[in-house]
Amino acid sequence: MVIIERRPAAPARPPVRTRARRRRPWPTIVLFLAPALLLFGLLVLAPIVVAGYASLFTWNGFGVPTEFVGLENFRRLLVDEIFVGDLRRTLLLVTLSILIQLPVSLGLAMLLNQPLRGRRVYRLVFFAPYVLSEVVTAVLFTMIFSPNQGLANHITRLIGLGDLGATWLADPDTVMYSLFLVISWKYFGFHTLLYLAARQSIPPELHDAAATDGAGPWRAFRHITLPLLGPTIRISVFLSVLGTVQLFDMVWVLTGGGPIRSSETLAVSMFQEGFKRFHVGYASAFSMAIFLISLVFGLLYQRFVLRRDLEGAVTTMGDRR
Amino acid sequence: MRISRRSLLGLAGAGAAGLALGACGDGGSGSGGAAGGTIRWWHIANTDPMLSAWADMARRFEAANPGVTIEITALENEAFKTKLTTNIQAGDPPDIFHTWGGGVLAQQAEAGMIKDLTADVGGWRDQLIPAALDAYTIDDKVYASAVDTGMVGFWYNKELFAKAGVTTPPDTWAGLLDAVGRLKSAGVTPIALAGKEKWPGHYYWAYLALRIGGLDLMRQAAADKSFAAPDFVTAGERLSELVALQPFQTGFLAAGYSTADGQAATMGNGKAAMELMGQWAPTVQKDSSAGKAGLGDKLGFFPFPAVDGGRGRITDAFGGGGGFAIGRNAPAKAIDFLRFIAQPDNARIEAKTAGVLPVVKAAQDAVTDPNLKSVADILGSSTGFQLYLDQAFAPAVGQQVNDSVAELLAGQASPQDVAAAITTVAKQG
Repeated sequence: MVIIERRPAAPARPPVRTRARRRRPWPTIVLFLAPALLLFGLLVLAPIVVAGYASLFTWNGFGVPTEFVGLENFRRLLVDEIFVGDLRRTLLLVTLSILIQLPVSLGLAMLLNQPLRGRRVYRLVFFAPYVLSEVVTAVLFTMIFSPNQGLANHITRLIGLGDLGATWLADPDTVMYSLFLVISWKYFGFHTLLYLAARQSIPPELHDAAATDGAGPWRAFRHITLPLLGPTIRISVFLSVLGTVQLFDMVWVLTGGGPIRSSETLAVSMFQEGFKRFHVGYASAFSMAIFLISLVFGLLYQRFVLRRDLEGAVTTMGDRR
Repeated sequence: MRISRRSLLGLAGAGAAGLALGACGDGGSGSGGAAGGTIRWWHIANTDPMLSAWADMARRFEAANPGVTIEITALENEAFKTKLTTNIQAGDPPDIFHTWGGGVLAQQAEAGMIKDLTADVGGWRDQLIPAALDAYTIDDKVYASAVDTGMVGFWYNKELFAKAGVTTPPDTWAGLLDAVGRLKSAGVTPIALAGKEKWPGHYYWAYLALRIGGLDLMRQAAADKSFAAPDFVTAGERLSELVALQPFQTGFLAAGYSTADGQAATMGNGKAAMELMGQWAPTVQKDSSAGKAGLGDKLGFFPFPAVDGGRGRITDAFGGGGGFAIGRNAPAKAIDFLRFIAQPDNARIEAKTAGVLPVVKAAQDAVTDPNLKSVADILGSSTGFQLYLDQAFAPAVGQQVNDSVAELLAGQASPQDVAAAITTVAKQG
C-alpha cells in the first residue's frame, strides 16, 4: 500500500531558532503572564466550568447542589417550547440583520464615501446611536413607543395610521420587528463605519482603472468594491450573529421578554429561570446552551468562512487550516 | 450586547461563590461578626421621603449605640430582588433586609441564610397587630419582623364613574362587568393595567380564586401543591369574561407600572377609571402623573367584588406588606435595630411620611390620609387574609402564576391552560 504523504516532511529545525528559544527569559514571561492567566482563569474559565457543573443538578441556588440529574436539564431544554422559541426568535433576528440591517449599512457607507456636503456631520449622526448604552437606547425607545405620549404614535397618527405606533411593542406579532428596528437603529452606524473604513482602504487606482475600461458604477461596485470589502462583511456578519445570540439588556429593558414571552431571547429566559424562578440548575443549562451555540458557531465560522481572511493570523490552530 | 455575557458569567459566578461558601460550611463569618461593627441594611425605599426618614432613623440608632455603623443600600424592587438573590446564593445575605415573606423567605430560611427570630420578636410582639407576623412565620418560627401591611382593591376615579352613570361602586363581579360596559359606552377606558410587569395582572386571577373558592381553596392548593381544583379554572373563566370586554388601555401589554406612561400614570392622569392595586397606589399615581398632582379628592377605593355562588366573602382581603429579616452572620445589634424600628414613635414616622399602614398598634393613629384610612378600616374588619400568590408560594410557582395569567390576559391561554401550567410547576416543587 502506498501511503501518500500530504505534507512535506518537517525540515530540520534551523539552528537559529533553537538558540533563540534557549535565550527566552522564562521567569519574566511567567511573571508577566500570570496576572492575565489568573484573571482569565477566575473570570472566564472557572464560571464556565461551574455553570457546566451546576447544569447537571436540580438546584435552587442555595447551598451546595446535591440533586444530581445528569443531562436531564438539557433534555428538558430541547423539548422546552420557550427554548425552542428563543432559538426561532434568535434566528429571525439574525436573518433580518443579514438581509436588511447589513445591506442598509453597506449602502449608507457607499453613500457616505461620495463627496457629499456635510459628510462628516452625517457620519457623526449615524455613528451616535452606537455610543449610547443598550439600556439608554431601550429606555429611549420605550418612550418613543409609549402608547399615549410616544413619538411613534404621533407620527403614525399624522400619516393617518391611527394608534398603530402604540401597539407595536404590545402585540406579540409585531414586537420582534419593533425590537429589530431598535437593534438596527443602534448598530447600523457601527457596521457603516466598518464598511466605510474598509472602502476607503481600497486603492483609488482600481476604480480609476475600471472607469477607464468603461465600467459603470454598478459594475465597479460588483467586481471591485464588494470583493475587496469581503473580509469586513464577513467579520460584520460574525459580530452581528454573536451579538444576537447573546442579546439581553435591550430586550430586558424594552419589553422584559413580553408581551407574554413573544420577545424573549436565550439570555432573557436564562435570567427568568435563574433569578425569578430560582431554577439555577436549569438556568445554567440555558447558559451552557448559549455558550455552546456561540462557541460552535464561532469555530465553524472561523474555519469555513473566515479561513482566507485569517490566513497567517494567530487565531488559526497550528498550521492546520 | 457585551453586558449580556457578563450577566451570564455573573450567574455562573454566583454559583461559584455558592459552592466555595458551601465548602466552608456554616462557620463562615460575614462582614459583621463582631459586637457592634457594621450593619448592612438593604431596603426598597429608594425615594424620598422614606429614604431620608430611614437614614435619619439609622443615624439616631448609631448615636444611641456607639461603635455601631449602619450602612444603607436602598434599591428599587426589581433591582433589589436580583441583587439580594445573588448575595444570598453566594451565601452572603445582608444583615438586615426587606422581605415580603412567604415562599421566598421560606427558601431562604431552609437554606440557613437567615436568623430565626421567634425568641427575639417575643420582646415586641404584643405591640403589633395580630396578623402582622403571619407572612413571616414558617413552621411556627418567625423569620422577620413586619413593618407595614396592606391590601389590594379597586382604586377608582369618582368623576369618570359619574360620567358613565355608575353611581355606586360595584360589589359583585356581574356589577363590575356592567360598570365596565357603561364606562366603555361613555368613551372612558375602564381599567388601567401594567401588562409588561406581570404581577398586577395576577391580582385579578388570585382575587377571583379567593372569592370563588375562599381561603380554604388557597390553603388546600398549598398543601396539595396543585391548582387543579375546578375553582381555579372558574377563576380563569370569570377573568376571561372581563378580558372579552377589552377593558384595558391601548397597548396595555407593553405598559409598565410606575413608568411615565404606565398603569399608575394612566390612572393618575385621569385616563382610566379604575386600577386594581395595593394601598401604595395613590402615592405612585401622584408621583407618575403629570404635574405630580394625582387625582386628589376624585380618588376612591372599593374592595374586590364578590362572585355569585362563591364561598369566599367580600371581606376576605388579599395583599401583603413588608418586613425585615436578619442575615445569618448579622451582629446582635441588628436585632436591637428591629426592636428600635418597632417603637411606636418610629412606626408613626413611617405611617406619616410614607403613607403606609403600620403594623404597630399604637401607631395606627398616625394614618390620616382618607384613602389610606378607608383601606385600613376595610383591612381592620377583614375576615381573612391571603398573601400575594407570587410571594406566598415558591418563586417558580409564583412566576408561573404571573406568566400564565399574563397569557390569559393576552388571549393566548385558556382558563384550563392556566390552571394546568401552574399545577405542573407546583408539582415540580
